Amino acid sequence: MAEKGPHYGDLVEITTDKKTYTGILIKSPELLESDSQIIKLESGYNIGIKTSNIQSIKVIEKRKESTSLKSNKEKAESALPTVTLISYGGTISSKIDYATGGVSADFTADDFKQMIPKLRTVANIKTLSLNKVMSEDMNAADWVTLAQAVHKELKTSDGIVVTQGTDTLHYTSAALSYMLQDLSKPVVLTAAQKSIDRGSSDAFMNLFCAITTAAQSDIAQVVTCMHAHSDDDVCNIIRGTKVRKMHTTRRDAFKAINETPFATVTENGTITIINNTYSKKDPARKTKLIDAIQEKVALIFAHPNMDPKIIEFHIKQGVKGIVIAATGLGHVPTTRKEYSLLPYLKKAQEHQIPVIIAAQTIHGAVNPYVYSNERVLSIGHGCIYVKDLPVESAYVKLCWALGQTQDYKKVKELILTNHTGEYNESIMLGDL
Amino acid sequence: MTQNIDYKKIGFKCGLEIHQRLNTHKLFCNCPSLLRDDAPHITVKRHLHAVAGETGEIDIAALKEMDKGLHFIYEGYNDTTCLVEFDEEPPHDMNKDALTTTLQVAKMLHSTVIDEIQVMRKIVINGSNTSGFQRTALVATDGYLDTESGKVGIQTIAVEEESAKDIQKNDNYIIYRLDRLGIPLIEIATDPDIISAEHCKETAAHIGMILRSTGKAARGIGTIRQDINVSIKGGKRIEIKGAQDLKMIPTWVDYEIIRQQNLIKLKEELGTIKVDKTIHNITKILAKSESKVIQTAIKNQGVIKAIKVVGFKGKIGQEVQPGKRLGTEFSDYAKIYAHVGGLFHSDELPKYGITQEDVDVIKKELTCKGNDAFILVADKESKVDKALATVLDRIKMCEEGVIAEVRRANPDGTTSFMRPIPGRARMYPETDICPIKPDIKHIKMPELISEKALRFQKEHGFSKDVSIHIAKELPEFEDLIKTYTNVKPIAIYELFFSVPSQVKKKYGADIDMYQWYDKLLNALDKNKINKSALIDVCKDIATTNKFDIKKYEQLSEKEVEAIIKQVIQENQGAPINALMGKAMGALKGRADGKLVTEIIKKLSD
Repeated sequence: MAEKGPHYGDLVEITTDKKTYTGILIKSPELLESDSQIIKLESGYNIGIKTSNIQSIKVIEKRKESTSLKSNKEKAESALPTVTLISYGGTISSKIDYATGGVSADFTADDFKQMIPKLRTVANIKTLSLNKVMSEDMNAADWVTLAQAVHKELKTSDGIVVTQGTDTLHYTSAALSYMLQDLSKPVVLTAAQKSIDRGSSDAFMNLFCAITTAAQSDIAQVVTCMHAHSDDDVCNIIRGTKVRKMHTTRRDAFKAINETPFATVTENGTITIINNTYSKKDPARKTKLIDAIQEKVALIFAHPNMDPKIIEFHIKQGVKGIVIAATGLGHVPTTRKEYSLLPYLKKAQEHQIPVIIAAQTIHGAVNPYVYSNERVLSIGHGCIYVKDLPVESAYVKLCWALGQTQDYKKVKELILTNHTGEYNESIMLGDL
Repeated sequence: MTQNIDYKKIGFKCGLEIHQRLNTHKLFCNCPSLLRDDAPHITVKRHLHAVAGETGEIDIAALKEMDKGLHFIYEGYNDTTCLVEFDEEPPHDMNKDALTTTLQVAKMLHSTVIDEIQVMRKIVINGSNTSGFQRTALVATDGYLDTESGKVGIQTIAVEEESAKDIQKNDNYIIYRLDRLGIPLIEIATDPDIISAEHCKETAAHIGMILRSTGKAARGIGTIRQDINVSIKGGKRIEIKGAQDLKMIPTWVDYEIIRQQNLIKLKEELGTIKVDKTIHNITKILAKSESKVIQTAIKNQGVIKAIKVVGFKGKIGQEVQPGKRLGTEFSDYAKIYAHVGGLFHSDELPKYGITQEDVDVIKKELTCKGNDAFILVADKESKVDKALATVLDRIKMCEEGVIAEVRRANPDGTTSFMRPIPGRARMYPETDICPIKPDIKHIKMPELISEKALRFQKEHGFSKDVSIHIAKELPEFEDLIKTYTNVKPIAIYELFFSVPSQVKKKYGADIDMYQWYDKLLNALDKNKINKSALIDVCKDIATTNKFDIKKYEQLSEKEVEAIIKQVIQENQGAPINALMGKAMGALKGRADGKLVTEIIKKLSD
């Protein structure tokens, strides 16, 4: 539209061959092929008017700036613990811009605090807005930014809450788990499957339970705090290295993998410990920040018809490590010559590129010795079997290990060490 | 019923909003539009939060609902409720049948279809939508309808989701069932062109007929709802919701006119209202009162509190609509916002166990002067405080006369307060659904009812009246005659339009034929029951709400013969006609008349 002509958000009169419509000019949703101009009628309805039918658009009133949420001045309640709330974008921060029709991750930690007064009943909240990115776009650099911020805040706060998108929340939770060694206090990641500008958003309870956990629990681990069920009643507190997004849309998408959640938190803030194998809070403990991350790591999904040359491709691209989401107990194609990965795994071994085998079944552990094909991989080709570590958690762990050293043996040792409870040595029938 | 109203003189303005449920599958998912009353399989507990609307401000209606601090329980079924209804998955594409039907209606109402339809989210925070909003899309505007009393403009035609049905309510939560959520609704809003209460009914009936002619309108109780907007000069727009009974429409309209007239009169009499906001705790004073309400409150650790209403003596007891006083308007607010059972006001006391002595003591405590009234509420303290604060607000509002409200249509023609008219900032785009470009060129108009009637006359030899009746009221007719080939077409007509009134006349029972016709026609078609037994079968259904025809199943020829033999023996020498009557009575519809005649003839010979 012309610079001086009508702008989105202006009240306009649109005349077509049939009739005249009055309403606010709205931008069409991005990427949708559209030969229509959208306006919001006085009734609240948006309608699209075919551009070729429009005879004239007359501006009646220029756009009014919308009033933003008023920020309430609050007094710090000295008796309450202090929690730093860090926002990093994602659906939980998303809102629609009514003037333009676009969706963006604009709400920040400070907005959450204003929108949900209940949060301030459990903690004094310090807010920090670090980014407005959707989580599918987050990379190793974002983990580093977050880890550094959390590490810094731990010095003054009693607990930390981080909000971001759900898609890669479990990568971030794993990354922070490995990067913040000897954690002294709770670090809680939360998010929402429905944006906070919807009345039914899961953000409200997730945030409340996350703040409660950060303020009151003795769980000195990086954990996620998301709906336990479809109901708005309880959140699960799950170890950051053993959690996975298991549903595209449901509120209770995040499930503990190969372990029982540490605790549940109710909508009223009652924390119930159900698995106490976590490291206990100790403000005196010194948390170490190990924030060097190697991002040149490939993740490959084993599947029928797989072209084994994909390994070679990655080697040529200069990857420093490979994680294979292997089938079943830890298998990749080995016996049919043209499909066998073995020659390429040999090459990786020659290049000192560690190859990790994790389970694409999601649940259960991989085992390097049960079948002879596995022995060929583990003993013969130096592949590292990561037991019950979820694939994404294994991926992040390799990035982190390679950040510290490129020595195959040392990497292997770092990978197989149980740093923060990421390996569950005795998976129970109930751990599903 | 009411005095003669000169609608023109009082500045009567009236429009209708009609909601018609469709019998397609749901609007944004593939679940069937099936209402169920069997026990639900799953329940889910949820909260809703007031969120800022388009202008950044929170909607008043949304805020008021939030203020009630409720949670919601949603009931669903494993086989007919999917993630969409549970608000656990984005909506699917809009149901094509529902859209096509809406476009047909738009065409029949001479409306201009929108070039590109945008699905919107209309904020609804009473919990009746799991998402916290109702999805709705404006499909057409600027149509009209020709009625006998003149043209009525059709402002808008929209297609939207039906809400969930509330099953149970208490102070803490509302239980909703999701079977109804998401059923497509066509919403038709007229211009305020309706000129009288009777005209309102005529317009509603006419639009209903057009909707049914699509053949996609759902049938049965609650499938069509009329919301009536009424105002008069000096009054405000009142939306009367849930007016389901066409016959009652003129009464609701006239009663609302009376209500507005009375409230305007009161406003003039009262002038500026002085509000004394002091809330007095009178629990101790009434500790020995014999009133049940008072004693129950005290027993439950509740309190009794009262406010003085300056200058309202005699006013609170004044009737505003037949059988409802100004006090009712106050107590409606208290009930809705504070969930109290009600209130007592001085104009109705002494009564309900509260004695004149009690009244005098209260008056003294509140320092009521000659013209002052008082209101008291007995319940838990937090509820009482909320109730009285709400009532104080409502008292002050009497200065405005009529308050713009949404009111519920009561069966007796009166209305009760439901909520304030929702603010305007309450719709935002449904970003999960792409805009739709409707293909209007290929929309076929349904056969006009007049044409259809002529065709029925020719094809089935029906009378003109019967043909018109079927064409208007029974869109399923032609499907039914194809399905139930052993049932005569006229019998199908009678099943719908004569049997229910006969059942009502003979037994005083009401049968919802649209719920049972399939089973009944199937039984007739398979010759399981006889036509003559229909009235009794239907009476049983109406009273038990179950389909059980065992009692009426057709007897074998041998069984019939045995019964007739006995009848003949008991009535020796009786003429054949008399025997026939006795035999039919003894058989109670369990045999065909023809067969009975044959057997009587054979046996008498």
